[in-house]
Amino acid sequence: MSARELFTFRNPYFSAGVGLAAGLFVLTALGGFIVLPYAQKELKFAGLWDAICSAAGVPQRSASVPTAKVGPRLSEAVLTPTMLARPGQESIGRGATLAQRCAICHGPTGISRADSPNLAGQYASVIYKELLDFRSGARSNAVMSPFAVDLKDQDMADLAAYYAYLPRLPAYHPTPQLPRPRIVIYGAPVRGIAPCGSCHGSLDNKTGSPWLEGQSEAYLKAQLQAFASGRRTNDISQQMRNIARAMTPQEIDEAAAYYASQPTEIVKSTD
Amino acid sequence: MLVNRKLVLAHFWLAFAVFGLALFLGAWQMFVRSPLYTWISDPEWYYRSLTAHGTVMGYVFPTLVAMGFGYAISESALKQPLVGVRWAWAGFWLIVVGAVMAMVPVALGRASVLYTFYPPLIGSVFYYIGVVLVVVGSWIWVALMSVNLRVWRREHPGEPVPLAMFANVAGSYLWAWTAVGAALELLLQIIPVALGWRTTIDAGLARVFFSWTLHAIVYFWLMPTYIAYYTIVPRAIGGRLYSDTMGRIAFILFLVVAMPIGIHHTFADPQVGAGFKFIHSAFTALVALPTLLTVFTICASVEIAARLRGGRGPFGWIGALPWDNPIMLAVAFSFVLLGFGGAGGLINMSYQLDTTIHNTQWITGHFHLIFGGAIVIMYFAIAYDLWPHLTGRALPDLRLVRAQLWLWFVGMIVTTFPWHWVGILGMPRRMAYYDYSDPAISPQAFSVTLSVIGAFVLLISGLLFLYILATAHRQPAADAGAYRFSVPVHPVHTVPLALNSFAIWVALMIGLTVTNYAYPILTLAARSDTSVPAVYVGAQ
Ligand code: HEM
Ligand SMILES: [Cu+2]
Repeated sequence: MSARELFTFRNPYFSAGVGLAAGLFVLTALGGFIVLPYAQKELKFAGLWDAICSAAGVPQRSASVPTAKVGPRLSEAVLTPTMLARPGQESIGRGATLAQRCAICHGPTGISRADSPNLAGQYASVIYKELLDFRSGARSNAVMSPFAVDLKDQDMADLAAYYAYLPRLPAYHPTPQLPRPRIVIYGAPVRGIAPCGSCHGSLDNKTGSPWLEGQSEAYLKAQLQAFASGRRTNDISQQMRNIARAMTPQEIDEAAAYYASQPTEIVKSTD
Repeated sequence: MLVNRKLVLAHFWLAFAVFGLALFLGAWQMFVRSPLYTWISDPEWYYRSLTAHGTVMGYVFPTLVAMGFGYAISESALKQPLVGVRWAWAGFWLIVVGAVMAMVPVALGRASVLYTFYPPLIGSVFYYIGVVLVVVGSWIWVALMSVNLRVWRREHPGEPVPLAMFANVAGSYLWAWTAVGAALELLLQIIPVALGWRTTIDAGLARVFFSWTLHAIVYFWLMPTYIAYYTIVPRAIGGRLYSDTMGRIAFILFLVVAMPIGIHHTFADPQVGAGFKFIHSAFTALVALPTLLTVFTICASVEIAARLRGGRGPFGWIGALPWDNPIMLAVAFSFVLLGFGGAGGLINMSYQLDTTIHNTQWITGHFHLIFGGAIVIMYFAIAYDLWPHLTGRALPDLRLVRAQLWLWFVGMIVTTFPWHWVGILGMPRRMAYYDYSDPAISPQAFSVTLSVIGAFVLLISGLLFLYILATAHRQPAADAGAYRFSVPVHPVHTVPLALNSFAIWVALMIGLTVTNYAYPILTLAARSDTSVPAVYVGAQ
């Protein structure tokens, strides 16, 4: 068998194969890159090349599209799973010094007496992200925001390392453990709500999601309500807003009360 | 001439053993997410099972069937003992090691990422390496098929390659090239992240790579079935193949057009331009062509068999067919399932209609109908047809064989028809739990329950299949004679070089891959702002 015999336009199979394939490609390309873009009346193009680029998927800002409207500030934090892994002793020590300022609300052992979140043993990525968001304004709170404005990235990493290092202690006012409500176990699939534990630790932990056991009921409830009403917007891609919006007020109450009543020992560790 | 029967049997037995296990998982999944069961409390178990089920059914099982059947074809169609038997065993053991290596982390909950990998989800690196080993094992088979054909050609210069071998090698080349997409995704993107060398991944690019594999892998699964249509069915029912040339053209078309169409799996993805989606959608329409050719040719061949048996009239001949012959039964069932599945496929392939069923249970219903139904029922037929030649013993009881095929056929329809229906109603796929007490989906509880019944029928049928194959080994010895393939109506003496070789068609396959994929892949690869942080599963 010789290639010269095969790969020549004298070979009808070759010419038919190549001809049909090339013809179809050209035809479908004309359709996909020229005819169809122009067939969509709502799309406006500066010219032919613009239409082709748009169909090819080149990211571009077309002149006719107004620039993005100003909305709430969104989180700019980028978390990777290994970012704060294995902090050094020095980092934890620096964090401990910096944390003296926080103790007035979050407690000297990281357990709050003031319905602020308990930070002792919280995942480092969570503390780091929230501090970033307070500093950038993506999350704001009259008490907390001023503390974050002056922090440098390294300060935040040190604080995160310190609090993650502290042992998880029981809540200040432990309440009897409540049974798990339906919304926590099943979520509500039809409303797009996954079980809380699929991000918040009891089933799986997704980077940036805090564990919730033993947190203040009032705090948890206020946060869910803030997500639902859109007052809090620092959840990346609206992950928590979409859920909280779909929850009923009763479900919010049940979930907050349930998590507040849980002992911290059941939180799974991550590394 | 079947010399290396042990080799072929080893492939088939491993294939069917893992198939049996995965069948249990499938039925379990169906059951626990149905209204008949409350809730497993931890979706992770569901995804663990789903990853195992998908990996076995999608990669391990069909690959082993294609390989075992391929070795049998090479020996009996070329009438020459397999060249490279040691390599073949090495490939087999690579698959064994790879499958175990992949399944252990899945069983431990360290790799519940589903068989489509789903980056930025990242599981244990052993899962991915295991899958790579399975693919490498199958590449040895590809090389051996090519080598064996070459050896035969040297001794039979200019002679037409037997259709079975021609198709077999076409399938192996298709697989070799289509597996490259997922291999690139695994080696360049996922494995470095799984090893912790990188912590971000371009999930959009990974999906484009995967689509390179995902469509044509379907045709790789299909190859043994189509080979059986052309080269087993007419012989087994006492007829002739209507056209040998048509068969060659169909397999060549699969080789050329199965590849450059995979982007129809990313219709809903923002990272691929609409122009490329349109091109792939249009090329997808072409892939119906070889299937239509096949349906025509096989129906004609079956009609020849019927008329040879004295069948008359425009439709009267259908009654004259040997309906008690399991192969006849299997091919009829397969065609019915293929017909329904093909009709559904028309909806999936059109850019606009697809949006209504994208990521719904329709999709799972669809591919179970085509893959689990039309394709796998012919895998059964291949096994039944080959078994007497491999074991040297007759099958125990044809009534049992017919019952098994009937159960699979009925079970598949009872499972997949309601499955499609709930998909049209909007039930999403790949979810571990559905709240049937919610008025939005409570009307679907009935359809889902029907599917569960179908699933158990399928499970019974699958176990019956294994039982028949196992007991066949203990039958009294009976010589089945040489293994033969069907003979065309018009004996083939010469075949144009283009229809007797692959060079043009492989070149076209690669060429069209370049035209249809190079731009989306290269632009995504060149951009620096398309990666997202990896999400490690089971890392707690
Ligand atoms: C007893 C028969 C079977 C049952 C009941 C069954 C059931 C299922 C179920 C429930 C799913 C998950 C769908 C979802 O979560 O969206 C699934 C997925 C799948 N099945 Fe089956 N199956 C069966 C047989 C087969 C067969 C014979 C094959 C192919 C040879 C197969 C291939 C697959 C594949 C590739 C997936 C995709 C996995 C994924 O979405 O990640 N199944 N099956
Ligand atoms: Cu496809």
